[in-house]
Amino acid sequence: MNSLRIFFIGGLTSYRALFHWLSPWILVPTFLLTPLFQIFLFVYIGRTAGISDDRFFLIGNAVVNAAVPCLFAMGNTIGGERNTGTLPLLIASPAKRVPLFLGRALPVIVNGFLVAVFALITGSLLLRVDIPPATWGGIAVAIAACSISCTGLGLLGAAVALRVRETAVMSNIVLGILIVFAGVNVPVGAMPGWMQVVAGWLPMTHGIRATHDLAAGAALTDVAGTLLAELGLGALYAGLGLALLRWFEYESRARATLDTA
Amino acid sequence: MRTLRLVGVAWWLQLKMRSRSAFDGLLSLLYPGFFATTIFMMFKQGDAAGPALLSAAVGSSAMGIWSAVSTTAAFALQMERRQGTLELLVLAPQPFALLLVPLTLSMATIGAYSMIATLLWGRLAFGIHLTIADPLGFLVAVVVTVFAIGMLGMLIAISSIRYRFAWALGSAIEMPVWLICGFLVAVSDLPAWVRPLSAVLSPTWGVAAMRAAANGQSPWADLGWCVLTAASYGLVAMFVSRWMVHSARAHATLALS
Repeated sequence: MNSLRIFFIGGLTSYRALFHWLSPWILVPTFLLTPLFQIFLFVYIGRTAGISDDRFFLIGNAVVNAAVPCLFAMGNTIGGERNTGTLPLLIASPAKRVPLFLGRALPVIVNGFLVAVFALITGSLLLRVDIPPATWGGIAVAIAACSISCTGLGLLGAAVALRVRETAVMSNIVLGILIVFAGVNVPVGAMPGWMQVVAGWLPMTHGIRATHDLAAGAALTDVAGTLLAELGLGALYAGLGLALLRWFEYESRARATLDTA
Repeated sequence: MRTLRLVGVAWWLQLKMRSRSAFDGLLSLLYPGFFATTIFMMFKQGDAAGPALLSAAVGSSAMGIWSAVSTTAAFALQMERRQGTLELLVLAPQPFALLLVPLTLSMATIGAYSMIATLLWGRLAFGIHLTIADPLGFLVAVVVTVFAIGMLGMLIAISSIRYRFAWALGSAIEMPVWLICGFLVAVSDLPAWVRPLSAVLSPTWGVAAMRAAANGQSPWADLGWCVLTAASYGLVAMFVSRWMVHSARAHATLALS
């Protein structure tokens, strides 16, 4: 019961306290305007480059924006605690680590999902890109899978934040890697072989591919394998993140380096 | 001469500090690089070659100059406030706007590093041959664009002094400026209502001048407009800063907003 309380109430409290982006002054430009600007930028660049496929750029750039809260908010679960001076209290608490950190991931997943859905709906209306209403249910599932897997990667970032102070820089770099490799603006099949291998191990890649297929009329069962791969990657990164958190926490205690990262 | 010395010394000091910052130094180099890589791949996918690829290389490399300024300039005065140095800047016996010129100019200079890095990346990783028809014109265009973007950054820095979360605004305007200033998309391809906005933004003229010099056309008319718009930002920034500083002194809100 205590773990459930930590998971739900602790997670929500931590999200509200640490993720400073919930202010409308940040939320509107970052979560609502920037994804739309990114969609328009790449749609127009695509047209200039001779790849006039607005729907491709709309889907890729809308879905990848789910990564913004997933990466940055999870990084803040450690970085924010350090900034507010509460990291030693968190580490000293007897709370179980799995519900503690996974609880923090839940609101972030919802946040990422809503950002991508907003960008996709608004972008499709503004660009007049036709995405059949019958496909929206499946697309929502694919976006949710992307948000979950990316939050897994964010959890790994949170663990690294015990050693790296510049969490914003780290999250920006990871986001940049996703934009290049995850098939956001260039289909994975059109990339060199080594990039395809890297892409296969990144969150978003499979989810974006599934979203494209769903928008083109595929059934959810047709992309089930792709979505399972996406969720599997999320679980892998989350597991790595939790293991790394445990290791770094042990090291921080042993070497008294918690606040000196 | 004292003014030049002030700008020069402060620019060098700021540049050294920013070069050692992970956010201002490292990320300003890497983040536009990610976008440039994607863009190079898109143009390659579209079988672009010759002038189209050269134009894309010039535009995507110039993106770094704006990228280095947009978020950082919007947040610059908040940083001074956090560090406790905003009062010192306001009390200095020089116009407040003038003190911000080296600050934003140093950001744009970091952007120039990014530009060189992106051009090299395009050459080494994507085999894009950068044949500049008018090297002198191109060099002058780069210097003027760096200066003009620095001035635009100064205007943004001053205008956002009262906005606690200015970095979010600065971050949000990064991509729209890439788009509407014709870094990669011809301004004529944008909707008609956007074009007047493009015309009053100095990067539009700077990038057009770079592209003209690279293609062997005359860059000087575009450079003239670039300097004119940049100078107008300086003028507006001077008036806005006087008003802002007066308001902050009168209401004792310099450290509080």
